Amino acid sequence: MTNTRIDRRMAKLKAEGRPALVTYFMGGDPDYDTSLSIMKALPKAGSDVIELGMPFSDPMADGPAIQAAGLRALKAGQTLKKTLAMAADFRKSDDETPIVMMGYYNPIYIYGVERFLADAIQSGIDGLIVVDLPPEMDDELCIPAVRAGINFIRLATPTTDDKRLPKVLENTSGFVYYVSMTGITGSALADTGKVGDAVRRIKGHTHLPVCVGFGVKTAEQARAIGASADGVVVGTAIVNAVANVLGPNGEMTADPAEAVATLVSGLAQGVRQARLAAAE
Amino acid sequence: MNQPVAPNSFRTGPDEQGMFGIFGGRFVAETLMPLILDLEKHWTEARNDPAFKAELDNLNTHYTGRPSPLYFAERLTEHLGGAKIYFKRDELNHTGSHKINNCLGQILLARRMGKKRIIAETGAGQHGVASATVAARFGLPCIVYMGATDVQRQAPNVFRMKLLGAEVRPVTSGHGTLKDAMNEALRDWVTNVDDTYYIIGTAAGPHPYPELVREFQSVIGRETKEQMLAVEGRLPDMLVAAVGGGSNAIGLFHPFLDDKDVRIVGVEAGGKGLSGEEHCASLTAGSPGVLHGNRTYLLQNEDGQIKDGHSISAGLDYPGIGPEHSWLKDSGRVEYVPIMDQEALEAFQMLTKLEGIIPALEPSHALAEVIKRAPKMDKDQIIVMNLCGRGDKDIFTVGKILGVEL
Ligand SMILES: Cc1ncc(COP(=O)(O)O)c(C=O)c1O
Repeated sequence: MTNTRIDRRMAKLKAEGRPALVTYFMGGDPDYDTSLSIMKALPKAGSDVIELGMPFSDPMADGPAIQAAGLRALKAGQTLKKTLAMAADFRKSDDETPIVMMGYYNPIYIYGVERFLADAIQSGIDGLIVVDLPPEMDDELCIPAVRAGINFIRLATPTTDDKRLPKVLENTSGFVYYVSMTGITGSALADTGKVGDAVRRIKGHTHLPVCVGFGVKTAEQARAIGASADGVVVGTAIVNAVANVLGPNGEMTADPAEAVATLVSGLAQGVRQARLAAAE
Repeated sequence: MNQPVAPNSFRTGPDEQGMFGIFGGRFVAETLMPLILDLEKHWTEARNDPAFKAELDNLNTHYTGRPSPLYFAERLTEHLGGAKIYFKRDELNHTGSHKINNCLGQILLARRMGKKRIIAETGAGQHGVASATVAARFGLPCIVYMGATDVQRQAPNVFRMKLLGAEVRPVTSGHGTLKDAMNEALRDWVTNVDDTYYIIGTAAGPHPYPELVREFQSVIGRETKEQMLAVEGRLPDMLVAAVGGGSNAIGLFHPFLDDKDVRIVGVEAGGKGLSGEEHCASLTAGSPGVLHGNRTYLLQNEDGQIKDGHSISAGLDYPGIGPEHSWLKDSGRVEYVPIMDQEALEAFQMLTKLEGIIPALEPSHALAEVIKRAPKMDKDQIIVMNLCGRGDKDIFTVGKILGVEL
């Protein structure tokens, strides 16, 4: 069992009897400074775990919203180095909130795995989600990350059957991210009853917390998913909150951090009601 | 880079993890992983099943028109005044290119796996047409993802696909070319995991695609070997083929990889020149990275973001390359060189006038390399070039460049 900010935060929430609100945003969207202010606003608005998106030119598991956010960030000059710097900047005022970097492997591979892990530790990163590294590719980054003391959080999906689950869980730590449907980010939410069944199925194989994402957009959905899951992940809705305050030429028509904070506060209320609702 | 020790055989890859040395692999989202393992299982069974082979052979013969001729290009040889030039004429295949070889193999796999819906990506539209063709032949619905830019520059093929009953979905993300179409096809596959079979059009993608596409395309090289021995009584001195993703090239090359006296040359799209950004020479000017399920040479920046390539030929306009080619490059077995847009265009016109064959712009790149090399070789030496596609689809592009209104 590892002891990272993620482990400590999940244990604390378990003791409080409520699920975690895990929020994804795109690092560098629409620019570095605004994005950093969004990051800082997340815990204040009630986010328990931050997923810091690493932009990639070819995000093959993402829908149009996150694709566009990544391209905006890249256009504004975001790089993996700057995304790490953003985490380090955030850590200057917050040493508690867990940060999980999420993205695709190639920028990390090009940065150099050893150098990346060293810099990630320096920047206060607690976990990694790398979409295109299944367990078959664990030697690439997962094993070195775990050795370096960083949680490698794996995605489990509806296609991950009971036979395969142990392989997926083998080197996973921090939490398990259950993708609620087969599809790309930003699609419609799956049937919450089915999601509950899937969470129970995964829990039969692991003691790790199970967080559920893909498709959660509203406080009501967060509440419903949070009834069975240990955490609820929201991404596209947050990225859209940023996009919605950008004009046709990318100019800001309102403060993106404020727009994100309003959304996240609502979601935070949703997860806080989840177990009350479940107990009803 | 350090040259690895030459292996005993260049024909044994990939290994069980789908690796050719450091290249290849299975870099896909978890949602797809069980599907890829299932595909591997069915592929392994199929390749060892005589009935599968018999059915494919039969279709190759009676539907595609194989074997394709090995043609001695007498006038071109005379004109260049050096090595004897032979063309492996896969442009005479049904649908006009080598792409059908792969599509027939994969549609039989799809049927074996009980899949009900076919998706494909396409650049030039040749793979899209071949996919739409086999889907029509086997009565399955087919969706083809095609970059919006390519939809415009390959309009005749778009119409062909529609006639064949396929739905063509233009992809506007990125530059709207092959790489973006592949992203979109992968997104479709991640969404429709139960009923959908993804026919990848080149020898790239996650394992086992590079291997199975190579096997279906290797019919080109196997036939060439037999035909060459029959007409010349010996193997050729040199093989030349264009590489986009690398399927026609690996199909010709693979059966010859252990014939050490056969020099092998792959020709990449040099676009407007390697000094700028407008080319697609991933092997000559790129570096190893991970995209579309495999590690391979890619055009990318120092942050690992993938660049959009450029080529006059839509079929070579891909910033990556099949992983086996990356390995063949690093091991030194195959030499890879770039050819510029302008050189390909001149070769296109030369062949048309000298041999009465209108080649596709993709093999026109290979031809331009042959035009450079043949004069420097002896008259008793032999070059075989893969004439993998015909140029009907390209006459509008060429016309535009030559200033002719069609
Ligand atoms: C005629 C022709 N040749 C070559 C290619 C490039 O693909 P590959 O390198 O896989 O053969 C294409 C792709 O569309 C093509 O249509």
